[in-house]
Amino acid sequence: MSESGNRDLLDLAKAWRDEGREVALATVVATWGSSPRPVGSQLLMDSAGNLEGSVSGGCIEGAVAMEARAVMGGGAPKLLTYGVTDEAAWTVGLACGGEVKVFVEAVE
Amino acid sequence: MQRRTLDALTRAKANQQPVALVTDIGNGSQALLDREGRSLTGDLEVPGALIPAVEAAIAADRSGLDDNSGLFIQVFNPPLRLIVVGAVHIAQALIPMARVMGYEVAVVDPRRSWANAARFPGVTLTHAWPDEALDVLAPDHRTAVVALTHDPKLDDPALVRALASNAFYIGALGSTRTHGKRQIRLQESGVDSQSFGRIDGPIGLAIGAKSPAEIALSILAKMTQVRHGAPPLVKAA
Repeated sequence: MSESGNRDLLDLAKAWRDEGREVALATVVATWGSSPRPVGSQLLMDSAGNLEGSVSGGCIEGAVAMEARAVMGGGAPKLLTYGVTDEAAWTVGLACGGEVKVFVEAVE
Repeated sequence: MQRRTLDALTRAKANQQPVALVTDIGNGSQALLDREGRSLTGDLEVPGALIPAVEAAIAADRSGLDDNSGLFIQVFNPPLRLIVVGAVHIAQALIPMARVMGYEVAVVDPRRSWANAARFPGVTLTHAWPDEALDVLAPDHRTAVVALTHDPKLDDPALVRALASNAFYIGALGSTRTHGKRQIRLQESGVDSQSFGRIDGPIGLAIGAKSPAEIALSILAKMTQVRHGAPPLVKAA
């Protein structure tokens, strides 16, 4: 389902670019199981570490933002997949037990 | 995302135009399409076979990966709408809460002592009679209509108009007894019992709401439940 909130995020993306910031946009493109945010949810990031929106309940935003640094400023887009957290292995994941696929692109 | 695509997206938002962004998640190329599947901008050539899926996604308000092409279709629809008939105390609580939930709100009440900017700052107020107002506001499948005046002269014509529309939720304030009397009146206006059954009354999810804010919460909870087709809550045995 789509969310009106995403549209406000796009206005913000434009404003950030107009300020000269390097910006990337992450979008949930698929979910399995009990993922916290629906398909179409978006996270906006800049190179200074500012975040708006979300692609999970807060579990993977930090990891997505790290990956996004390579995408900002015109890098190739990335498709990231996150599954269940494996605390023993210190990996990033979803505590809820779901799985999400996140597309990360630069905002030109 | 190309800047011209972002510009076209934000323009569509400003114009309240439903659009879909189609993305090749392999290389990032994109096309922005309108609800008829016409390409507005972008560097992706959308296969003709995808157009029905784009139209269906916009109509159902559902983003997702297309099974056949693997392309991602993201729907950007205008906000859901809530038409509030009755500029009453409950409306004052309901409007800000509905806005947080992403609804664009219109208030209908011909009584200017109720519907005025002092009581409802920044809210679109319509002073036309509710049936005329609803003809103009034209509720669709992404619109909820709630009748809150407690006055049949105002509530009834609004409900009759709402029942003639595809509004996904229609609610009316009042007790079970009031709702029973309403049914008798509306039957005389030609509303059959199946049609009348679309009206949620007494309004809202049964959470024991008492204050205006609690009643607003119960209305929004029920609207959410109906919109997502969630099963009614049941008491644990």
